[in-house]
Amino acid sequence: MDTEILARIQFAFTIAFHYIYPPLSIGLGLLMVIFESAYMRTKNKQYHILAKFWTKIFALTFGIGVVTGIVMEFEFGTNWAVYSRYVGDVFGSALAAEGIFAFALESGFLGVLLFGWNRVKPWVHLVSTIGVFLGSMFSAVWIVVANSWQQTPAGYHIVGEGINARAEITDFWAMVFNPSSVDRILHVWLGALLAGAFLVLSVHAYYIVKNRFVNISKRAFKIALAVAAIFSLAQLATGHSSAEGVAVNQPAKLAAMEGHFPASASADMYLFGWVDKESQEVTGLKIPGGLSFLLHYDFETPVTGLNAFPEEDRPGQINAVFQFYHIMIAIGMLLIVLSLYGMFLWWKGKLFKKKWVLWTFVFAAILPQIANQTGWFAAEMGRQPWVVYGHLRTNQAFSQAVTDNQILFSLILFLIVYTLLFLLFIYLLNKKIQHGPYETSEDEHSDRPHTKEITQIVTGN
Amino acid sequence: METFLGLDYPTWWFLVIGGLFSGYAILDGFDFGAGAWHLFFKKDHSRRIAMNAVGPVWDGNEVWLVIGGGALFAGFPVMYATFFSGMYIPFMLFLVFLILRGISIEVRGKEEWPWWRNMFDIIYSVSSIMLAFLLGVVLGNVLQGIAIGENYQYQGAGFFEFLNPYSLLTGFTTLFLFMTHGAIYLLLKTEGRLFAKLTLLMKKGMILFMVFFGITTMYTLLYIPHLSDDFKANPILFLAPLITFLAIANVPRLANKKRYRLAFIFSSLTIASMLVLVAIELYPTLLFSTVDPQYHIDIYNAASSEGSMENMLIIVAIGTPLVLGYTYFVYRTFRGKVQLDETSY
Repeated sequence: MDTEILARIQFAFTIAFHYIYPPLSIGLGLLMVIFESAYMRTKNKQYHILAKFWTKIFALTFGIGVVTGIVMEFEFGTNWAVYSRYVGDVFGSALAAEGIFAFALESGFLGVLLFGWNRVKPWVHLVSTIGVFLGSMFSAVWIVVANSWQQTPAGYHIVGEGINARAEITDFWAMVFNPSSVDRILHVWLGALLAGAFLVLSVHAYYIVKNRFVNISKRAFKIALAVAAIFSLAQLATGHSSAEGVAVNQPAKLAAMEGHFPASASADMYLFGWVDKESQEVTGLKIPGGLSFLLHYDFETPVTGLNAFPEEDRPGQINAVFQFYHIMIAIGMLLIVLSLYGMFLWWKGKLFKKKWVLWTFVFAAILPQIANQTGWFAAEMGRQPWVVYGHLRTNQAFSQAVTDNQILFSLILFLIVYTLLFLLFIYLLNKKIQHGPYETSEDEHSDRPHTKEITQIVTGN
Repeated sequence: METFLGLDYPTWWFLVIGGLFSGYAILDGFDFGAGAWHLFFKKDHSRRIAMNAVGPVWDGNEVWLVIGGGALFAGFPVMYATFFSGMYIPFMLFLVFLILRGISIEVRGKEEWPWWRNMFDIIYSVSSIMLAFLLGVVLGNVLQGIAIGENYQYQGAGFFEFLNPYSLLTGFTTLFLFMTHGAIYLLLKTEGRLFAKLTLLMKKGMILFMVFFGITTMYTLLYIPHLSDDFKANPILFLAPLITFLAIANVPRLANKKRYRLAFIFSSLTIASMLVLVAIELYPTLLFSTVDPQYHIDIYNAASSEGSMENMLIIVAIGTPLVLGYTYFVYRTFRGKVQLDETSY
């Protein structure tokens, strides 16, 4: 296989694996802040136990996120040397800002968050939890700024030519607030918050179904459900505004997402389908003129299609972009339906009555993960053939000095290590879940309503 | 060219990155060093104490690497790109060991089974050793130079080209320096028999370090003229290696007097002064080309635009006090001997 393909596979694999964890850390971070704040306000011990329990799971996701994240930072230089020289001025700035402003905040307070429960005052601990959460939010900001600049470059000029060409910042704030960054930061944040909320929902739904830790789980479930409902609805808005941005800034990408070929014609919106690149046809269920309506509030307005671009400037994998994009949207809708239905049942007072609903929530934890992954794949594959949109092609951006054997070696190494890492993650996550939120069996007994009553009768309290 | 306090921006940026990597070497240096000794401790309880001594801080220490890498990317993208792609294999190994090490800290204590704990003890210790060694190897290659040709392209292609006599020497020197440094850190964190054992181990580490540092210095003076020329021209620069020797020699003296905190400060100074030495040898070059001097990468041809450097210096000026603040806060919270509780690893 050639070096470019290998370098792309390695990058895609390592970034996709990495991206399982940071969204969980961000999302769990918010819930930890909520639980711990609730404890500070109400002094209800259950909130304290919830905060501690989720901090332990957070520690696991955070640890894997850090070590797999360092890989990403090095890989730009090792595998994408031409790209790194080209964007160093821009991308490097954002990355350095991320390190200084976000990671340092996150990791500085992490030690106290994990090990400081008995060492610092409760409010200092809460401040640390908030510090870690904000740090993880900021780190998403800077890396998405850097990526958005690749999608919609702004605030720069190009110096030099050929292999020595490079982008230099002319306006730092224009670079930071490039046309797509705000939309995409919000979209990524919400995706992350949903990943965390649905993991919490899943674990506590599981406890409720299994009739373990029921009291505390109902409490946690309701909070996470509210978070999920708010953010899944908000995600609809950020998703829509992202798509509008793509239509303006990266028309070829949007056309690939909907499999829209005609250079200028009203465009349909598919619920699902299959794109045949050769015949330029999409088979599937569609709303005629739907995409036109979505963008221009009119079913007839023409939308730029793939044929408006020369063959070499179109994304190579149109069907893949289409599928990833549609899977993401379908899941987004499903999450709205699920969380709103949950809210409805809560309002009716029947939230924990239906077993199948609880089981659905148990398995729904995987959904935001899939949506996050497919969303990124759609965004990145839709940007092809460019690594910096309109300026630098992916097939010119990889390291010339690295041989295919070297990449094969590192790729196999990562495959082995990450597989082990993933198995270990699942094993430990399961172990923590099976163990439950309580540290002592005494606390655990207090969470069984019947046992509690019996104890009261027996001891006369 | 724009200047600030009489120094041009690339020079400032050279100092910033030097400072970041020195901070990284001092901080991750002690936790790699502590990990390197891990298998010398036999009892599970000792190993737990040793691992929990770095438990709350290893992650924060690695942030210095992330910031240093980001700063190099931002300040000298040409250096970042050429060097990282040129040193592909050692960097990939470094990353994999970094992952294995971080994970073994996280999961070692999660099961009671002896085989489980032993396995992660071995992974933890071996990867700590390899990380310290690889950092030294990479540094050796920077000092010695690599085959850079036209357009800053690395031209070597051998799988094991990064291993050569000089880089092996710098690798071992770094390993033993970190092991000494790590032993002193553990002295601050342990009590009883483990503490007594570490006193002995620290001395062994120091002797090995001095032997390798001596050989490396001789080798540099004899065989690597582009590094020694500066020194021969300005004999005053010999003060830097002299300070390094004095700083490290001061460590056992202070340890004998039981002034461990000061001993730790001096071993940190040793690391810092060695990196000052490296900086003097390099400046203004970042990476020597063994192909032709015209292909040397220096702080001017590798630099980002002035505007970018200015922005970044502002970011660093705002960020550094914050980073130092958090670092102080976390070390203060966990000062003193390790106490195991239910949240420990």
